[in-house]
Amino acid sequence: MPDVLSAPLVVEFPFTRSLGPVQSAFLTGLRERTVLGVRTGDGKVLVPPVEYDPVTAEELHELTEVATTGTVTTWAWNPAPRRDQPLATPFAWVLVELDGADTALLHVLDAPGPEAVHTGMRVRIRWAPQRTGAITDIACFEPYEGEATGESTPHSGEFADPVTGIVTPARLDYTYSPGRAQSAYLNALSEQRTVGERCPSCRKVYVPPRGACPTCGVATAEQVEVGPRGTVTTYCIVNIKAKNLDIEVPYVYAHIALDGADLALHGRIGGIPYDQVRMGLRVEPVWTEGGRHPDHYRPTGEPDADYDAYKELL
Amino acid sequence: MRDVAIVAFAQTDHLRRTDELSEVEMLMPVLHQVLDATGLRARDIGFTCSGSSDYLAGRAFSFTMALDGVGAHPPISESHVEMDGAWALYEAWVKLRTGEADTALVYAYGKSSPGELRDVLTRQLDPYYVGPLWPDSVALAALQAQALIDAGEADEAALASIAARNRTAAVDNPHAQLAGSVPAGDYVVRPLRTGDCPPVGDGAAAVVLAAGDTARSLCTRPAWIRGIDHRIEAHSLGVRELTESPSARLAAERAGAFERPVDTAELHAPFTSQEVVLRKALGLDDSVRVNPSGGALAANPVMAAGLIRLGEAAARIHRGESDRALAHATSGPCLQQNLVAVLEGETTHV
Repeated sequence: MPDVLSAPLVVEFPFTRSLGPVQSAFLTGLRERTVLGVRTGDGKVLVPPVEYDPVTAEELHELTEVATTGTVTTWAWNPAPRRDQPLATPFAWVLVELDGADTALLHVLDAPGPEAVHTGMRVRIRWAPQRTGAITDIACFEPYEGEATGESTPHSGEFADPVTGIVTPARLDYTYSPGRAQSAYLNALSEQRTVGERCPSCRKVYVPPRGACPTCGVATAEQVEVGPRGTVTTYCIVNIKAKNLDIEVPYVYAHIALDGADLALHGRIGGIPYDQVRMGLRVEPVWTEGGRHPDHYRPTGEPDADYDAYKELL
Repeated sequence: MRDVAIVAFAQTDHLRRTDELSEVEMLMPVLHQVLDATGLRARDIGFTCSGSSDYLAGRAFSFTMALDGVGAHPPISESHVEMDGAWALYEAWVKLRTGEADTALVYAYGKSSPGELRDVLTRQLDPYYVGPLWPDSVALAALQAQALIDAGEADEAALASIAARNRTAAVDNPHAQLAGSVPAGDYVVRPLRTGDCPPVGDGAAAVVLAAGDTARSLCTRPAWIRGIDHRIEAHSLGVRELTESPSARLAAERAGAFERPVDTAELHAPFTSQEVVLRKALGLDDSVRVNPSGGALAANPVMAAGLIRLGEAAARIHRGESDRALAHATSGPCLQQNLVAVLEGETTHV
């Protein structure tokens, strides 16, 4: 058995965001192959457009259409595309000042190699075949031979069926290691034992151990086996079934002070009607075949513990 | 208002992986070191402030676990910034300046090893126009590097010499992750090579701040914070002039950095190209010793590397190796946010 555990951990969430009037017009425009900027008080055209002037903080709303061609203002060659980046083949990251704009848009350029890219080169948008109203409606930029036009024309920003929100999936992959103390706890659980750690200063036993005493702020290392029996210190009755949970409601979720521990841990109480669970009830863990933690705790049949015996652990 | 000084600093060894340590286990030794150095106990500290990021751990409210290491029960006065610990130090400095506490413990930690740091950092970008393209941290730094090359302010050889100088200096830093001769390597995102990029690793740091006579009683030569300021630029890269850092310049001006020359500068420049931008913005010439610790090119524990710049600058003053030092921290892509502090010893070291 390894001393320190590790396991894959995926954090994934589809972030759902609403758009203000300027962002809505810009992203809807991309869906319609139209690039919009916004004009500032001093006449500059910002692409991509923002709702507030980055210099004066003045609210901006005067939309203007710029060209789908532009000039690279700086670039960087990416020889090894990463997951979720716009192109799967080597490409250049580029800042592109579109014709008619005064600021640059970050995107990628499809080019055969770094020797084909330079600052000042002319590029144009390659549109994605399927467009939804997102920055990825621009599939990428591609080289383009043609002079800059420099013009922008006023645009109402109005489109049929405007995009008012976007969903941006974000997935990050980790390899999680819980560290020494929690690994020891999880390893002991696989042998159906529960271990805590004693603080060298205040002598309290923490379970699950996290390697530190939160009262003294010192490292804990002395391992102490606790339980298996314990006392219900407090509890609640769960009436709403959680998604994908294979437990009938109502059920009782409790704080359980295992014998020898100075901190209560959480667990479900079974083997007794939910409305007969009480503070002071003596319980023991029930393990299922191959389970790496107790499935639930059930009454031992002992007399209830005195309140004084667990009042400090509430 | 009262003067505030850094009176103690500690950092971990910075390592590529620390699988055997949870964050609190990594942090506790440095907390104990700064408390031991000052003779303070955790419960004597007036205010505690930390910097870290949930996205490194991949876990919500991860900083609350680290609080076990400071003895947060019974309750303490505590705060957290989801940023580099340099900004936590700023918050603590305000607390001490306003007289709400006499001492403060500031700590920061980051474990980059569990995830893919280049991808993780994309989540700090504008989520509407930029985040969906997943431009990683090296790619954004490379755009800035190419802008410098196009402007004639650097070339690849100059960038390589910055990497070499920092990592040679790090030979004297026992905590450094990368020191000595490091090959330039292949392009990661051209024009940046592996040698132009910081190591990815895990680490933690802590400092103790104290006000007025309390500082003098805790440290023989406190590093007085003569000025500290932080500034931010527009989030859209396309509206910024990437070869300049007006926010670093303004923060330095407001921190008083230009009133008298500094002898030392600790710059938080994870990429070689960023040191070029910062030297220009901060007006640092060859008379200033830049990054005697090796800087972020030698060790870059994300969320702690900026606080370490303040700590390294302060430690040089503690040891009498500097009289007036500039410390800089950054956050965000292409030096978007910058914090500058000016630290001084009370008497000129002879």
